[in-house]
Amino acid sequence: MQKRLANWGNYPVVSSEESTFTREDQLQELLDRPSTFIARGNGRCYGDASLGVHSISTLKYDKALDFDTELGILECQAGLTLDHILDFIVPKGWFLPVTPGTKFITVGGAVASDVHGKNHHVDGAFSNHIVDMDVITAQGLITCSAQREPDLFWATCGGMGLTGVITRVKFRLKKIDTAYIKQRQIKARNLEEVIRLFEEYRHYTYSVAWIDCLQKGDSFGRSILIVGEHATPEELSAQQRQAPLELPKKKKLTIPFNLPSFVLNTFTVKAFNWLYYAKNTKKEINNVVSYEPFFYPLDAFLHWNRGYGKAGFVQYQFVLPLDQKEGLIAILKRISDKGWGSFLAVLKVFGHQDSLISFPMEGYTLALDFPVRKGLFDFLDELDTLVLQYGGRLYLSKDARMKQEIFWQSYPHVQRFAEIVKQYNGDFRFRSLQSDRLLLTAADQQPEAASTAVPQVSAV
Amino acid sequence: MPTVLILGAGSDMAVAIARQFAADKYDIQLAARNAAHLHAQQQDLHIRYGVTATAYTFDALDFDSHTEFYDTLPIKPDITICVFGYLGQQEQAQVNWQEASRILHTNYTGAVSILNIVANDYANRRAGMIIGISSVAGERGRQSNYLYGSAKAGFTAYLSGLRNRLFHHNVHVMSVQPGFVYTRMTEDLKLPPLLTAQPEDVAKAVSSAARSRKNILYVKWFWRYIMLIIKSIPEFIFKKLKL
Repeated sequence: MQKRLANWGNYPVVSSEESTFTREDQLQELLDRPSTFIARGNGRCYGDASLGVHSISTLKYDKALDFDTELGILECQAGLTLDHILDFIVPKGWFLPVTPGTKFITVGGAVASDVHGKNHHVDGAFSNHIVDMDVITAQGLITCSAQREPDLFWATCGGMGLTGVITRVKFRLKKIDTAYIKQRQIKARNLEEVIRLFEEYRHYTYSVAWIDCLQKGDSFGRSILIVGEHATPEELSAQQRQAPLELPKKKKLTIPFNLPSFVLNTFTVKAFNWLYYAKNTKKEINNVVSYEPFFYPLDAFLHWNRGYGKAGFVQYQFVLPLDQKEGLIAILKRISDKGWGSFLAVLKVFGHQDSLISFPMEGYTLALDFPVRKGLFDFLDELDTLVLQYGGRLYLSKDARMKQEIFWQSYPHVQRFAEIVKQYNGDFRFRSLQSDRLLLTAADQQPEAASTAVPQVSAV
Repeated sequence: MPTVLILGAGSDMAVAIARQFAADKYDIQLAARNAAHLHAQQQDLHIRYGVTATAYTFDALDFDSHTEFYDTLPIKPDITICVFGYLGQQEQAQVNWQEASRILHTNYTGAVSILNIVANDYANRRAGMIIGISSVAGERGRQSNYLYGSAKAGFTAYLSGLRNRLFHHNVHVMSVQPGFVYTRMTEDLKLPPLLTAQPEDVAKAVSSAARSRKNILYVKWFWRYIMLIIKSIPEFIFKKLKL
């Protein structure tokens, strides 16, 4: 049936056919229809990556297939969401190897976006933890891993669904002793300091910084660095120790309809208030918290995206190489001077990443929201040019508007990626608004990649 | 652990109901036309909830097999939930008896056939609960789905009579009128979001109503009143409507 579909940014909104399947033969039947398809999970990418003529919802293909509680290996259908996985792995002493800032995404989506978390500098992206997976390509079902059909594997990790529909994923989990995080929040006077703090605290498994974008002058880039480790039982309070692996209580608040934009990020706003405004002389807070507020502060507010109103928003996330600190400062200045972005931005340092088309590379990544408004896309085009100049790139999962030439020049292995896509997705039966916009699924009009591009993937 | 038998276990509503009862710590018996299709679901229930889930072949239309199906269940279920149903194509069924009979036999005859067997066993044991998923479509025939609706009307009346009979045997029967639900069965219908439930809503409502031994459950409360209004429209007006 035709439906109005939009992803998390509520931009763009399109009319699309949407179908579900609960068995593989039903999926095959759907794919036999004369149409073009794009797989869609829980719609938590921000832009148009999972929007197309006919979206194949994986949400009903959501069964856990095997869970080795000794070795910590989980095998599941691709539509299973991370929140449901946490519900049964945490009590058994396991955690997700990599998790983005929301648990409401499917495993298939985690692979297609090759998601990263606060531990990227230590544990890499989601793809680093996959044992193997099944992809229904234009040639049928193919099982792949880093060793087996590696081309398909690397083009599927971060490949935004262009190699086909991911149906089954087997991946390694992380051992934990408690469901708690020993957290440290440290305030930084400005951007220089927070970058130094990232370096100082790089031995922490988890780290992320929230930047107050409203500050100018000496306080430009004022921020809070939040680092953490999975807590040991000894670090828990007597009460917590009674049931160290107990799941956090489920509290859900929802924003029932679109609101004018305010009071987002309550968790962090609270931290800011505590550290900066409450006449607090403390430099840091140390405490033990449940994994829930640490990893998923915004998940407590279902539909927080509605806080940006009907026009929707785009989340702008880019990464710059580690030696481009001045680039980071320059771009953040442009954003701050314009004053169109959200009050808070998220900064994180990535570690090394072997990647064909995945977003992460060693360097700084910054993300913030921009409510859609007149002139915004022109401004973001200017930012794109800066990002490209400094050797960076944009995250496809957040993208709703990047120009194709920026994309082709900023991803070093894009030519190779496009070749593999052609191989497994012959007539471009799998295509999205994004892939069409970026000319990844346009037969003969693919642009030249930047001259610096490496034609063969030597890294993987 | 107590056990729930789910007849027609492959549907979206059945998947949600099975998960809900597994979360409530029931062992689950899944029954569907093709037991091989139930493997993933069995694993899922076991991994998520730590319960035992078993799978059986059951074809609602193969009436002759129903006695053997029930007799060979290794454990007799404490609760039997009849979830299977077939919406079918109304227009096709008007001209094609095969489609019409499939609608009638799946939704009514097949359900009666298996539940008679379960009911007799429960009556003898003076224990057990039967839950039938019927439909608001059975409350008044409408041109868009009266074959499905009439079969469900029969099923609703059957459940009501069964409830009356088994009450005297300490066996509870609950009828469920889900209203609109987003499932694969209704994927191609345009449903009003405010009136439409998710399969998980149905599952939650069924589980809690079973605990309080409700007789008739409307998953979203207002459906009771919507149907009251629909039923109170005089026939001479109703017949002119395009519903």
